[in-house]
Amino acid sequence: MKAIIHIIRKEFIQLRRDPRMFPIIFIAPLVQLLILGYAVNLDIRNISLAVCDQDNSRQSRELLSQFTNSGYFQIAARPQTINQVDRAMDHGRASMAIVIPEKFGSKLNARKPVQVQVIVDGSEALQTSAGIQYASIILNRYIQNLALQRLEQVKGLGLKLPQLNAELRIWYNPDLKSRNFMVPGVLATLLMILTTLLTSLAIVKEKEVGTMEQLMVTPIRPYALIIGKLAPFVLIGTIDVILAMLVAVYWFKVPIQGSLLLLSLVCLVFLMTTLGLGLFISTISRTQQQAMMTAAFFVIMPMIYLSGFAFPIENMPKLIQYFTYLLPLRYFIIIIRGLFLKGVGWHELGTQVLTLAIFGAAILTVSIIRFRKKIG
Amino acid sequence: MKMLRRLKPIIKKEFRQVFRDLRTLVVLVFMPIFLLILFGYALNFDVRHIKMAAYDEDKSAASREFISSFFHSEYFDLKYYLTSKSQVNELLDEGKVSMVLLVPHDFSRKILRGEKASVQLLIDGSNANQAATVVGYATGMVQSYSLKVITEVLMRRGASNFALPVDFRPRIWYNPELQSARFLIPGLIAFILMLSCVISTSLSVVREKERGTMEQLIVSPVKPLELILGKTIPYMLISLVTAYLILLIGWLLFDISVKGSQLQLFIITILYLFVALGVGLFISAIANTQQLAFQLSLLLTMLPTMLLSGFVFPIKNMPAAIQIFTYIIPARYFLVALRSIILKGVGWSAFWPELLYLLIFGVLLVALSWSRMRKKRL
Repeated sequence: MKAIIHIIRKEFIQLRRDPRMFPIIFIAPLVQLLILGYAVNLDIRNISLAVCDQDNSRQSRELLSQFTNSGYFQIAARPQTINQVDRAMDHGRASMAIVIPEKFGSKLNARKPVQVQVIVDGSEALQTSAGIQYASIILNRYIQNLALQRLEQVKGLGLKLPQLNAELRIWYNPDLKSRNFMVPGVLATLLMILTTLLTSLAIVKEKEVGTMEQLMVTPIRPYALIIGKLAPFVLIGTIDVILAMLVAVYWFKVPIQGSLLLLSLVCLVFLMTTLGLGLFISTISRTQQQAMMTAAFFVIMPMIYLSGFAFPIENMPKLIQYFTYLLPLRYFIIIIRGLFLKGVGWHELGTQVLTLAIFGAAILTVSIIRFRKKIG
Repeated sequence: MKMLRRLKPIIKKEFRQVFRDLRTLVVLVFMPIFLLILFGYALNFDVRHIKMAAYDEDKSAASREFISSFFHSEYFDLKYYLTSKSQVNELLDEGKVSMVLLVPHDFSRKILRGEKASVQLLIDGSNANQAATVVGYATGMVQSYSLKVITEVLMRRGASNFALPVDFRPRIWYNPELQSARFLIPGLIAFILMLSCVISTSLSVVREKERGTMEQLIVSPVKPLELILGKTIPYMLISLVTAYLILLIGWLLFDISVKGSQLQLFIITILYLFVALGVGLFISAIANTQQLAFQLSLLLTMLPTMLLSGFVFPIKNMPAAIQIFTYIIPARYFLVALRSIILKGVGWSAFWPELLYLLIFGVLLVALSWSRMRKKRL
């Protein structure tokens, strides 16, 4: 026990010696959370639209006004010819264009079929699909209204027409704010990066600097060394969690619907797994560079991309979906989103929390075993 | 000439160090390939196969037909056919479905009588973006069913030539099948190059400082400039190879070819690498330990390049204050140029301002780190 305390003290002294690490440990995650919380926004608005109205009739202007009034589009250019549409798209001035052909209005009046062309820049992922979707919703509504108007005239015949409408109820996030969904995810990801990196150097640094041998000849047992190395980082991680939660709740106004106690407990469990993961990397690396590369590319990167933080897991091929079960961040993100947004509790999240705990315990045990072998 | 002669051994030494550490080399070469495959096959925002449940109070032919129209589309997968309303909560809470469709008991009666019927859609809004898409698809399905019953009635009453008035056809340029690999490849190149180049440059300089071998290098006849050049050229070459590897794999697996000029592509890539080296040097001018250098590198490159460059999240969506930050992300400019060349096949005229920014950015960074290093004698 005493040995553990000595190690903890030594670690703190070493941390204090490199004061430049402090802003990185405490301030950088907060600044990142602030910036990224705003940046990671999937609500698509203000899609720049090029409008090519070759008809310029009452009808064409009416259709276009429905686009501008929707709030999703912003008219960025008014090209006259298809060639100018080309240029606007090529130079990225517009990411979508709508072309209304000549005689649009008069053909509509004559009940002849007309075409409206919508061109979308496919080189930008999110905007493209959102743009197509908004455009088709707006156009469909326009078409339906036209159809209904024409039916009015038929109605004179005394027909009763059925109609179906949808009542929408949106649960958990009624205003559909993507921030409420993304901020907990950013928080989890930042925590994962910070804590994994912190401990990934814990042991390899001693190896590289050559102080490991000194530690080995002392009577400290491997598990004591591991715990002693881990303790200061648990403290740092906890402080970071608290700071980040404060920013999420008071700055971004993301409400916590679930139990605060469960949330704190889960955060601790998650900290153990990421710190453990970092430590494990440290035991399998020879140099600091190797440890950091391994942490960044084999642990952090897959977690960022495959945990469901930005890209939905359901869209991945089955094989990769199975792989995601190996990522602690996957469970943590499900839990933290459930607690923040849905307000669900132990009943729904129990399995995830337990899996995370088992993962943490396993990785810590493996690190201790690996470490012992090294000494022998 | 003299300079070249002195440069060579440093470059050689650096390469030797890279090859000695196999794991790092594997990371530098194979990680991009792995990520590319991931991006091509696994990562996309398409909202398809939305898991849904249906509760049919009506149990009529019409209601069954209406419900089946949902899972006949590729957008919805009917996972549960509910027998009681009480199951709804549980399914949504546990995230087993993201939408529940409730058909009321008077559905078919109202449709037959020519009245207004309504159905309820309960949608899980926690993932706002996905939910907005689900709303779009679902209301579209309801709309088209509504139009269908209207036309059926009209056909029966003899108003036969009723057709939809406007034909709307979206066209997608530059990426007609909306292949995610296609728009993600430029972003991926920017991401990988920035990350690997900054990390390896900063670490290679700081490592010498930390181990004390920097002093040995300083007292040798090598001039500081040559030292820096010698240390950075190998990583620049490796990064360049990586960039072309990504393009090659993209071409082999996803059939993505460079539409524009290869020469322009080469020039902007070199320019971007120059900026990345500048960032790496700047970090190594500040940091004394590898740990600090690495943390700084990740901080300045990993998340910002992914999230603030327009790679995944559109810049136009961000609040103005955050948009200002995106101006200091070099990947932002590189991406515009890359997309123009690779996907659109357009030339200088579309991205020369970006090019200029990159150039200024790189020169500034290198000058700044250079002056800092000189003052501290490295």
